[in-house]
Amino acid sequence: MDWYPLFNSLRIAAISTVAVFFLGIAAAHYIAKLPRLAKGVLDVVLTLPLVLPPTVVGWLLLVLLGPKRPVGAWAQSTFGIKLVMTWWSAIFATVVVAFPLMYRTARGAFESFDQNLADAGRTLGRSNTWVFWRVQMPVCRQGILAGTVLAFARALGEYGATSMIAGYTPGRTATISTTVYQLWRTNDDAGALRWVLVNVAISAVFLLAVNLLETRQRQARKGGVR
Amino acid sequence: MALSVDIKKQLGDFCLETSFTVENTVLALLGASGCGKSVTLRCIAGILTPDEGKIVLDGTVLYDSAARIDLPPQKRQVGYLFQQYALFPNMTVRQNIAAAVRDRARRQTVTAEKLRQFQLEAVADQKPWQLSGGQQQRTALARILASKPKAILLDEPFSALDSYLKYQLEAELAETLEQFPGTVLWVSHDRGEVFRNCRQVCVMDQGRSQGLFTLRELFHEPVTEAAARLSGCKNYADAVPAGSAVSLPEWGLTLDCGKPIPPDIRRIGVRAHHVALSAPHAPGAFPCDVLRVVQDVFNTIVLLRPETAAPDAPPLRMELSREAWYAAADKRHVWIAIQPRDILLLK
Repeated sequence: MDWYPLFNSLRIAAISTVAVFFLGIAAAHYIAKLPRLAKGVLDVVLTLPLVLPPTVVGWLLLVLLGPKRPVGAWAQSTFGIKLVMTWWSAIFATVVVAFPLMYRTARGAFESFDQNLADAGRTLGRSNTWVFWRVQMPVCRQGILAGTVLAFARALGEYGATSMIAGYTPGRTATISTTVYQLWRTNDDAGALRWVLVNVAISAVFLLAVNLLETRQRQARKGGVR
Repeated sequence: MALSVDIKKQLGDFCLETSFTVENTVLALLGASGCGKSVTLRCIAGILTPDEGKIVLDGTVLYDSAARIDLPPQKRQVGYLFQQYALFPNMTVRQNIAAAVRDRARRQTVTAEKLRQFQLEAVADQKPWQLSGGQQQRTALARILASKPKAILLDEPFSALDSYLKYQLEAELAETLEQFPGTVLWVSHDRGEVFRNCRQVCVMDQGRSQGLFTLRELFHEPVTEAAARLSGCKNYADAVPAGSAVSLPEWGLTLDCGKPIPPDIRRIGVRAHHVALSAPHAPGAFPCDVLRVVQDVFNTIVLLRPETAAPDAPPLRMELSREAWYAAADKRHVWIAIQPRDILLLK
């Protein structure tokens, strides 16, 4: 069995999760401080990919990144790289689709953060950066973690936009989800089943790990001293 | 070593105008809820920015709208004790205190010293949620003092505690503050707390500071109705000066004050425990109908209406010991006297 789709899916999901982690947190942090109108507008724009069909996201990305489109043509002539139909094209799709999950959960966590804690840190002489990384992020850990998990899961399962922007080339752009579709389409039920089982196994392990992490956190809290 | 504040800030419909100067003492900001006390503290700490004005601490300008100076909170050296203490929940007591020491070389020694000084060594490695209320307050104070502030701001330090715990913590806090050389601002709506712990009082009423008073001036000779109300005075009436007496049209009375009345007096106040039973027809006494009797924990509260009062006049409130009321012969109709020195003349 060729394990390339598994490797490719995991690497795409991992890279986009890292990207979405920082993008989502930065967006949540800065947008929380904006005036209400700007906040409302940006909120709608940034959450849109969550409710749009993935094919619409894929089409929009192709319009932007295709070889004859402005960004795609510019990348081609400047760096000599293609933005579509390569393995990493899928990262664009997964980042856009997973971003709202990270952004919304992080924003929810930041909004429930007690601003007095930040003010206390500042009156004690600590920089805003220190307060953010040493107090706000640890206090909002649960929400941030939940957002990261959701983003990773969404990125791993992405199909629609990925298939449009990266296509299906065995050994190059194939991911688990595009492989399952391809195998089903070519009547290879046994092959499809293998990959379905792989996918189910990954998801189950993933959820188990998350549950374990949560229980351990709860126990640490109950047990008191670390 | 002094703190001088003169600021204005508009918050929606609410307008804050505070000005006072205080030197190396414990100053209370006393006022009802929502009168702008906390906003004032936040402006001093740099958490909120006033619209205009000036704040100077020990010769350092913290804020000056004219000179466009607005130091960030980090550079103001003002310690702020938040209502719920705002301890960092992700850190231990030791880490909370260490976070306030920016000098890496001295961090360990200062932290150890504060842990010892505030008797927190036994709980040094616990998280804030594991501490008792008193330990939380001591941690917050230790953390503030570790940051070496020039002034300390206390925002209703006991608002969330029940009264038994409160007295214990209040004593501990007072002891700590006595050793602090700089200025302390203590925000409170509780006149007892202020009387026990502060030297000077700045009364705030609807966003405006009413100037500084010593405890004696506030509790024995308040000059405005807002100050009198905060000092616990319950009875008020419109007054017209009449030589050395005041005439009170609402109650249809003229009361002797034993001294010439300044012409700008518009109101009088009488504390409920200065309203006393008297023998019938005694000089200066007046007859009243009893409207209602309320039994309080240790006292009896009697609401009275002078016989000469207008129908819509506010009742006169009398507070006396249960025994004294029990001894009164007629409980529906009484004679009342108010000593001239007990009439508060208000502008």
